[in-house]
Amino acid sequence: MSAEIEEKLESMEIQDDELVFDLSMKKKKKKSKKAEEEPTEEAAAEVQEAAPTDAAEEDPMAMFGEKKKKKKKVKVEDDANAEGGEEAGEAGDSLDFGELKKKKKKSKKVDFSAFEDGQDQEGEDGARDPDDIFAADDEEGVPRSSSKVGEAEEGWIGSNRDYTYTELLSRVFKILRQNNPELAGEKKRYTIVPPSVMRDGNKKTVFANVADICKRMHRQPEHVIQFLFAELGTSGSIDGSQRLVIKGRFQQKQIEAVLRRYIVEYVTCKTCKSPDTILTKENRLFFLQCEACGSTRSVSAIKSGFQAQTGKRAAQRVKAAAAQ
Amino acid sequence: MSGIQNLQSYDPFADLGESGDTGEQQNYIHIRIQQRNGRKTLTTIQGLPKNFDQKRMLKIFKKDFACNGTLVEDEELGSVIQLQGDQRTKVSTLLVEEGGIDKKQIKIHGF
Repeated sequence: MSAEIEEKLESMEIQDDELVFDLSMKKKKKKSKKAEEEPTEEAAAEVQEAAPTDAAEEDPMAMFGEKKKKKKKVKVEDDANAEGGEEAGEAGDSLDFGELKKKKKKSKKVDFSAFEDGQDQEGEDGARDPDDIFAADDEEGVPRSSSKVGEAEEGWIGSNRDYTYTELLSRVFKILRQNNPELAGEKKRYTIVPPSVMRDGNKKTVFANVADICKRMHRQPEHVIQFLFAELGTSGSIDGSQRLVIKGRFQQKQIEAVLRRYIVEYVTCKTCKSPDTILTKENRLFFLQCEACGSTRSVSAIKSGFQAQTGKRAAQRVKAAAAQ
Repeated sequence: MSGIQNLQSYDPFADLGESGDTGEQQNYIHIRIQQRNGRKTLTTIQGLPKNFDQKRMLKIFKKDFACNGTLVEDEELGSVIQLQGDQRTKVSTLLVEEGGIDKKQIKIHGF
């Protein structure tokens, strides 16, 4: 038994090394390994056991989104269950296995990080915003090793062991995705270009692509700008080339956070989460109507709230005197 | 009419009083941030419940966060607490943990 585990560990380590190569290479190698280990029936089962989990790990993060993490956990438990049937002492080992896998995952993450920076983080902290909109546009929908998933998923076909729930679930999703992808919950993620924010001199910030972002959200720039100023507690203006000049120093991520809040409050439909909405004003009240599901809700007007006095009082007094 | 128990408890068409706003919205505690010169910032806390003594709250805030602050009277918004520096998260955690205020009632603004 222990020899087998060692073998397993070894194979894991080998895979670890392989991570530097691309996925297609790895696929080939694993296949050959499968062939080698076939003689002993138990070992074959082991490989099959391990294969689906690998597949789950390789599954592009985008495919399952947040669900993925949960799923992985289940997988590990599954392994434990399958092995636990043999001996009680096995439990500790399988735990070990899980840990090892975790390690492996980490190294893989580093591997992928080149092209899924943003998504990686999402996967990790689980509690991220459901609508992380500022992912770069090209990030989504990269079909990574999806063929591999299919190959490994039917792991129960050769053996006479029972299929696990997770295997069946992924099978259902695979078929669903093949036939009608719009039902598989793989909606096109709502993305917006990240705000391009530059410093203008020492005290002002230029937000260059307001107009573009407003157009993408189907909102009036005035409304967005009003919200920005109210949230940031400043003022500003639009310059000649449709850029927004904000008083004060702001970084891109700060603007991004405010925009995200704007989208949650004024763009996404609360009922169906669709960003496909229009904002209308009916006698002093703003209503948000969803184009996708047709629901209407009222949204609160933007209130700037209390503005504390900053800056020189003398300057303020001069201004007040000039106004009169 | 009055025999029906349900209808006695709440009249949806009753006047809300002088505040034209719905009761819910009025109850928010807004915590805002404002930039001053350089890296300096100002935190304002608006809409603390009436049963909180603003002066004492200010004292607690000042002591806990080791910052200065003041109480500003505004014509529309009532008294507002101003604190030096970015104390937004600290204020909200203190209000939630010590003040027994629901987290949903607190709105943190700013970046």
